[in-house]
Amino acid sequence: MTSVLQHPGYDEEKLRRVTEQTPCREAQTGLLLSLMGQPQQYSYPSIFVYGHRASGKSHVMQVLLKELELPHATISCVECVSNALLFEKMLLSLFGCEAASLLPRTPSLSDFVRVYRHQCVDSPATQTRYIVMEKAELLRDADVNLLPALLRLQELVDDNLTVILLSEITWDKFRPNTGCYEPLVLHFPDYSKGDLQQILSRDSHPSYSADFYSSYINILLGVFYSVCRDLRELHHLAALNFSKFCEPLAEGKVKESDTHKLWRNIEPHLKKAMQTVYLREVSSLQWEQMQQMEEKEAGALKGLSAHTHVELPYYSKFLLIAAYLASYNPARTDKRFFLKHHGKIKKTNFLKKNEKTSNHLLGPKPFPLDRLLAVFYSVVDSRVAPSASIFSQISSLVTLQLLTQVSHDDQLDAPKYKCAVSLDFISAISRTVNFDIVKYLYDFLDPDTAASQEEWVNRGYVSRVRDHPSR
Amino acid sequence: MRKNRSIMSKRKAKYAHLPIGESITQVQSMLRERLCNQRLPDKPEGTEAQHKHLLELLRRTAIHGESNSVLIVGPRGAGKTMLLKCVLRDLLEDKEAQKSLLQVHLNGLLQTDDRIALKEITRQLHLENVVGDKVFGSFAENLAFLLEALKKGDRSSSRPVLFILDEFDLFAHHKNQTLLYNLLDVSQSAQAPIAVVGITCRLDVLELLEKRVKSRFSHRQIHLLSSLTFTQYLQRVQSQLSLPQDFPDVKFAQDWNDSIKTLCEDKSAEEALRRHFNSSKDFRSLHILLMLCLSRVTVAKPVIKPADLLEASRLCFVDAKANMLHGLSILELCLIIAMKHLNDVYEGEPFNLQMVHNEFKKFLQRKSNSMYNFEQPVIMKAFEHLQQLELIRPVDGSAAKTQKEYQLMRLMLDHSQIMEALQKYPLCPTDVKQWAMSAFG
Repeated sequence: MTSVLQHPGYDEEKLRRVTEQTPCREAQTGLLLSLMGQPQQYSYPSIFVYGHRASGKSHVMQVLLKELELPHATISCVECVSNALLFEKMLLSLFGCEAASLLPRTPSLSDFVRVYRHQCVDSPATQTRYIVMEKAELLRDADVNLLPALLRLQELVDDNLTVILLSEITWDKFRPNTGCYEPLVLHFPDYSKGDLQQILSRDSHPSYSADFYSSYINILLGVFYSVCRDLRELHHLAALNFSKFCEPLAEGKVKESDTHKLWRNIEPHLKKAMQTVYLREVSSLQWEQMQQMEEKEAGALKGLSAHTHVELPYYSKFLLIAAYLASYNPARTDKRFFLKHHGKIKKTNFLKKNEKTSNHLLGPKPFPLDRLLAVFYSVVDSRVAPSASIFSQISSLVTLQLLTQVSHDDQLDAPKYKCAVSLDFISAISRTVNFDIVKYLYDFLDPDTAASQEEWVNRGYVSRVRDHPSR
Repeated sequence: MRKNRSIMSKRKAKYAHLPIGESITQVQSMLRERLCNQRLPDKPEGTEAQHKHLLELLRRTAIHGESNSVLIVGPRGAGKTMLLKCVLRDLLEDKEAQKSLLQVHLNGLLQTDDRIALKEITRQLHLENVVGDKVFGSFAENLAFLLEALKKGDRSSSRPVLFILDEFDLFAHHKNQTLLYNLLDVSQSAQAPIAVVGITCRLDVLELLEKRVKSRFSHRQIHLLSSLTFTQYLQRVQSQLSLPQDFPDVKFAQDWNDSIKTLCEDKSAEEALRRHFNSSKDFRSLHILLMLCLSRVTVAKPVIKPADLLEASRLCFVDAKANMLHGLSILELCLIIAMKHLNDVYEGEPFNLQMVHNEFKKFLQRKSNSMYNFEQPVIMKAFEHLQQLELIRPVDGSAAKTQKEYQLMRLMLDHSQIMEALQKYPLCPTDVKQWAMSAFG
């Protein structure tokens, strides 16, 4: 039910091609076209288009400008980090290389406007010129005068020119302090689930029917739609996993119409994809290779996070455990945990404990070196001499970014550190040295019995330690 | 035969009736030039007194050789540049002024430095050849040389120069305010007849000037603070959209102007315009509204209807953040609701990912199915997406020293925005909605 785009100033055939290439975006294309008007008419000096990523903003602009053959310059603000690159690209696209070479070495905005005006005298505009700036939110970090000047560029250069800014961020966050020329703000809405289905089903594989691919997309959206609506990501995931989906078909086990069996085959695979490829834990190449291997051989897919698990020397492990305890236990509780004859600590209102003050929610606290060593000596079972090798291990832990140094580099006598590892990580490490860390953590302390750790696991405060591929 | 036909066509030209497509194109071209390119009106609208004042002042400089300085102050979109351009156009109708007056247009956004400004002045006065490769000791010397060079052959005084400084407040941020000091100095001393006209949107612009600069300024300010009433605003809408007398197709122009009059008298259109009038009275926001209406005029629908105005008004007043919330995934929406609950319970204190995840887990525990039971990294990715959209922002602090999960953030949405967005969210599961509306999370 696509409506046909029509506009007096533009060729019908070209508009038909535009409609073909911009599915589910007819309303927005129509609106943009009507604002642009006929080529020789003026358009509003600056237009700001915002919308989620992969909602078709750049795509629609590019298709419109290319198919209708309008003079334009497309600039990505990610590429053009300096003013020189920006102005050169604009002049190059609109007027050619001779104009771009007229700019001095480090051009200011004044030079750019001067050269532009000069070029206009030679080639006055018969059609509206467009400058499209993608990722326009980066303009806020450029020179302070650049954004306001771009918004009123039509007035400054006295030419039939329109600047279109595309961004993910709303206009309220762009406005400079003393105000500026307000652009016309347009919104590109996100694709609905039906739209996504329609667009993704367009690239069906030639050897399978369109319905078959459609059902595949349906299953994919069922798994991923609640997490991600980015068209680019979904497109990528669809392309990666299609071969696995067709596997039982290729092997002859099922027919095309056997959707339930196909679903049962692909669903766990997609769930696994969510934990790995979606998070970029493994690269797409590794994923494809893994799919081709037999199931038995595949084994555990080693993601990026697994590489953070480093094999540490014996005392380093205890240093790290001591650092974790020092970070997540308040200092007043050290006495209770680490001394032989300790008193009971009063935990008043234990049951009404405010969850927010649980240290595991607030994050690690800094601790001085002395405290670290004090805890270390009490947790390590053998007698250790305080030699330089112990201190150098602390420094290497900092280099490995398992500890963070909080104090300034200059303070040599009392350095402060923070522990930067997660509970799962430290639990894995403490298991390798047979140390029960949960018993020593204040947040998981139960005054009645120590065997209520199961309760804590059930409540979800601690997750079961996974089997890391260690040793 | 041929002769007769040409006589016939000439007679027909007087009562020309263009085809509808042609008329629409003409209307669009004309109105777009007015709305987008700031075409000057024939007479000043609502600023007659200021127009007269400024014209008189500039005439004294151009014709009688008197030096002056004036500031035009008004909020953005009030019509300052338009006022100046109208005055210049009227001034240059005088033959003597046209002959001898020179103009230099500087803009604070472009000329960010006094050095650049000086080069621009040299260029606009066409004195590049005269200056050549000379090196000057100071700005004052350079400026004096330029003004000296403007002296015509036998006349003892140099030609009057009009300096127009757009975004005047930005010039006040230059080092030592050299340009301003020298220009205003020349305007006070009898060196050469210059007029310095500054245009700015800041009411407190005089506070920005240094003492020595402020003392040389004549403290003459022309304010463009709009005191429009709603009736005048409606009249302005009508005049902005009406076609002039010299439109080729007279009948079409008549019909068009009548339809605009009907539009302004329509009740719903008047409501929409009143809403706009209450939020801002300036020209620019009006032009945006009218531009959106104009873009809906086609051959099939050659008039502006009240429905167009209402639709354009809706586009102007839509909440941008609510639009962005509409496109979030369910997981991201759940995180936003968890943040809302945290804000409610802890009264706006900053939170981090761990706290939000904890809150979310409490919601999941109440539900029987584990449809949203995602791993921590997936939740982290959703959280980072919200950060990239600037819906949450980190509280200032050392970002490098804290782990990502523990970095404190604030939510940049308020309660009503979230609840409104939830109503419009497509296919929102009922339990998520109920969770959002429950009091204690």
